[in-house]
Amino acid sequence: MLHIKCPYCGMRSQNEFSYGGDASVKRPELNKEIPDEEWDNFVYNRKSLRGKHLELWQHLFGCRQWIKVERDTATHEIFNTYKADEEIS
Amino acid sequence: MTQKFRLENGGLINRDKKLSFKFNGKTYYGYEGDTLASALIANGVHLVGRSFKYHRPRGFFGAGVDEPYAIVQLYRNNETEPNIKATEQELFEGLEAKSVNCWPSVNFDIGAINNFLKIFLPAGFYYKTFMWPKSFWYRVYEPFIRKAAGLGVASTKHDKERYEHKYEYCDLLIAGSGPSGLASAYAAAKNGARVILAEDKPRFGGSLLTSDVNIGNQSGEDWANSIISELKEMPNVVVKNRSQVFGYYDHNMLVMSEKVSDHLPKTKKHHPKQRLWYIRAKEVLISSGSIERPIVFGNNDTPGVMLSSAAKEYLKVYGVLVGKNPLVFTNNDSGYETAIEFNKNGINPIILDSRVNPQSEIIDEAINLGIKIKFSHVVVAAHGYKKVSSADIAKISDDKKQLGTIENIKCDCICVSGFWTPTIHLASQSGNKTKFKEEIDAFVPGTSKQNETTLGAANGIFTLEETLKDSFMAGQDLSKKITNKDNKISFPTVVEKKSSQHDKFWCVPLPKGKSYKRFLDFQNDVAVSDIEIALKEGYRSIEHVKRYTTLGMATDQGKTSNLNGLQLVSDIENKVVPAVGHTTFRPPYTPISIGAIVGREVGKHSKPTRKSPMHSWHEKNNAVFVDAGVWLRPRYYKQGNENLFEASKREAKNVRTNVGVCDVTTLGKIDIKGPDAAELLNRVYTNAWLKLPVGKARYGVMLREDGIVMDDGTTTRISENHYHMTTTTAQAANVLSHLEYYLQLVWPELNVNVVSTTEQWAGAAIAGPKSRKLLEKLFPNNNVSNEGLPFMGYMESELFGVKARIFRISFSGELAYEVNVESAYGQFMWEKIIELGQEFQVQPYGTEALSTLRIEMGHVAGSELDGRTISYDTSLEGLISKKKDFIGKRSLNREAFTSSDRQKIVGVVPLDKKTSIPEGSHLVKDAQAPLPNKKLGHISASCWSVEHDNPFSLAILKDGKNMIGEKLFVMSPLKNKVIPVEIVSSHYVDPKGERVRS
Repeated sequence: MLHIKCPYCGMRSQNEFSYGGDASVKRPELNKEIPDEEWDNFVYNRKSLRGKHLELWQHLFGCRQWIKVERDTATHEIFNTYKADEEIS
Repeated sequence: MTQKFRLENGGLINRDKKLSFKFNGKTYYGYEGDTLASALIANGVHLVGRSFKYHRPRGFFGAGVDEPYAIVQLYRNNETEPNIKATEQELFEGLEAKSVNCWPSVNFDIGAINNFLKIFLPAGFYYKTFMWPKSFWYRVYEPFIRKAAGLGVASTKHDKERYEHKYEYCDLLIAGSGPSGLASAYAAAKNGARVILAEDKPRFGGSLLTSDVNIGNQSGEDWANSIISELKEMPNVVVKNRSQVFGYYDHNMLVMSEKVSDHLPKTKKHHPKQRLWYIRAKEVLISSGSIERPIVFGNNDTPGVMLSSAAKEYLKVYGVLVGKNPLVFTNNDSGYETAIEFNKNGINPIILDSRVNPQSEIIDEAINLGIKIKFSHVVVAAHGYKKVSSADIAKISDDKKQLGTIENIKCDCICVSGFWTPTIHLASQSGNKTKFKEEIDAFVPGTSKQNETTLGAANGIFTLEETLKDSFMAGQDLSKKITNKDNKISFPTVVEKKSSQHDKFWCVPLPKGKSYKRFLDFQNDVAVSDIEIALKEGYRSIEHVKRYTTLGMATDQGKTSNLNGLQLVSDIENKVVPAVGHTTFRPPYTPISIGAIVGREVGKHSKPTRKSPMHSWHEKNNAVFVDAGVWLRPRYYKQGNENLFEASKREAKNVRTNVGVCDVTTLGKIDIKGPDAAELLNRVYTNAWLKLPVGKARYGVMLREDGIVMDDGTTTRISENHYHMTTTTAQAANVLSHLEYYLQLVWPELNVNVVSTTEQWAGAAIAGPKSRKLLEKLFPNNNVSNEGLPFMGYMESELFGVKARIFRISFSGELAYEVNVESAYGQFMWEKIIELGQEFQVQPYGTEALSTLRIEMGHVAGSELDGRTISYDTSLEGLISKKKDFIGKRSLNREAFTSSDRQKIVGVVPLDKKTSIPEGSHLVKDAQAPLPNKKLGHISASCWSVEHDNPFSLAILKDGKNMIGEKLFVMSPLKNKVIPVEIVSSHYVDPKGERVRS
């Protein structure tokens, strides 16, 4: 079971969180004309990469904040966690 | 029965407490502190089971967790448990056990015929033989194999025992209480660290209990006892015996199974049987020791052949002789320790040492004691069927390839030592890349991946002094970093005998003309010849060899067999062992009971039960409940002898003719506040929300980004910047997360807050033509006329002094209202509605009537919004705004979503107006068409229409728009039904929606 540092609540067990997928995905702006391909990439296409992955988790049974977690998908090592609006260097 | 093999004195058992127990129906006696194994051996019982494949007799091989043979069916306190290792099960008064894998009895086993057929049962036998013809597998082969194979029988009764889960945090978790565990725990505890020390056996001390050493001025055992008593007194230390740390998971979380009550005849009141500990440790010290490995020779599975360390443990811990005429076969000094222990108790063993001319203190001691030693000698084969009676021995050449003249000598046990294998399971599970250590011919942990350190024998260090030094240091250093304290501990003097180098020899060659089975894996009957065949057939990867031959796949997971298996593969392949590599170590280290894994999450505790504030009223009024997610909701209220069908029909009918009241507390409710609340709703729902006036409700549908309908419900504008959203019961949690996702990540610029208020409001739906009259009674001071509170209107009021919200919304298609009060007043509200509604014939109605009403109205619910339908399919496309963008809109122009014959919701009525239509049935054009018969749609929900008094269903049907009036067939192969039906509009009642507006 992973041990995730919520930027608001501190170290918590994985079972307090729910997984939210790739954090680098940006929703296209509302009311903007975009090609099908761009929309498909947003809705359907995800990389399944091995290694460092920036992903979303929600602290469901805690502060309910969506946070960003930088995790290695192969080793499960967590390098860092960020608030949703935090700049990632 | 006397205990013929029990020594007069000695051992750590309590001779003052004699215990009786039964094995295979026969009564025996042992002592408190025995295991089932030691007590049976004390009584001279060595035949305890039959092997898995050949049904060869099986005795005892080890004295603990590594035991491959002695697996029994245990009976305790009217319950039974399979696959219990006799070497681990502590004896208690009245214990009963039986052999497994034998029929009709362990002494005469019909399956043993496999032993004579063994040339026909080579590696991969089952794969090769039972594959053809394919159809035979399920009907013939599999049932037969199931019956012939298998270990023990699981109980089919409900397990009345309690199992617990516990979560714990500590600075240092130490797995194993041998010398390294004790020393590191002591050092860390002295530095004030929070320490958990876990020992899988009942006694602490590990190898110190059986080895002849001195620490300080104490024997190893006394030293262990003094350290343990001191640790037990320290408030920062938890010391646990009978506790196996069996799994090392991510982020330094380990799981430990504590057998709280298995050693007692009966679990004490309020105690669990077992407890599972989830431990998050800052540092983990693995002091799991090592397991002796066997030397492979002919018939080496005969009862009486066992590990030399086990023989020593039976002597020193239990005061039991495994034989009175022992042969010790060794390639290192450990065998000598066992022989000396025999000698001290008046037994004269013979030592066969494969080494040419080894020299060490302990060998000198054995020589001085007059023990007979034969160097360069090996056991070629054991003889005896149910117990060893003699052994063929021979001199072996220095290159270990040629055997000299074979001589047969009498013996009643053969104690084998092929050196030691470090127990690296936990380290490997943590992600540690293990490495091969040439000097000990075994794998040891390499570079740590998590915060783990392996110490002592588990790390391939077999001298006590070095182990203690390393362990004191590790405990001290690691705790210092955590507590910033540095208590120096003076290192005790250690007296131990120096050992000489072991011999790499591990397998005795077969003598010419003999084909003895030489076993590698004792539980799964994998012999040297099986591995040879697997390699001949082209299996190369050790992972494949393992699965093809089942080497190391039994319940002992190859604790005594893995390394010899690797040796053999590398010998045949002309490789070195590290080039072959080892198979993956996966948790659990040893079998864990299902009960322990499940813990308290059984029966009604498997999930929380949510009840509405009106629950006790429902109970008192004969409600029959149904699970709705985690909620318990009244399905119907039983009157007299009514069944579900009759009751729900009565309740629904009463709504259509008079007035009914339904508990709708379970609906999801979300409070939405903020200046941008309207904008949020406008983006979340498909319809327009910016112009909704205060005091009005609106129905809305929300989509996922892929265009599929996610949920529906009404949202009411309470005040300028304040909205009350309702969701379906099932989607409440998802919708809240969904809103939070967009507010926090996608549109953080929106100034809106959302919070769940599902549990804060109790809700009652009042529906039916007389509902307004009832409302007038409930709220006499309000104008609830059609003008005062129009359809989709909202009003705040007081219900006899209790703050209430009144929504004029309808799910039933009737004139209807929903009243919300704070949860604490839910029951008060409900009782008032029932009381004042008497004159209007009010009746409560449950979820079944609720469904009936919505189905015949053509209102969609979860069975239509099933994650596969879009707005069009559910006839909600009228709510799609063309003027604005919203979540999922961009997906709606997909080809499949816009095709002209797209599926759509329709109504379905059986032509005979009598036959009920099973939900989930398929709709087809031609009932007689050959298979596969093309499916046009499916029945999503069925009811008995109270309006028309005939069955009615909703269906999602291909080209549903143009199918109204068509005659089709409903097919349910599951219920063996074919029903001719007519397709009608999904609005079967009041299609113009006049009633809700009346």
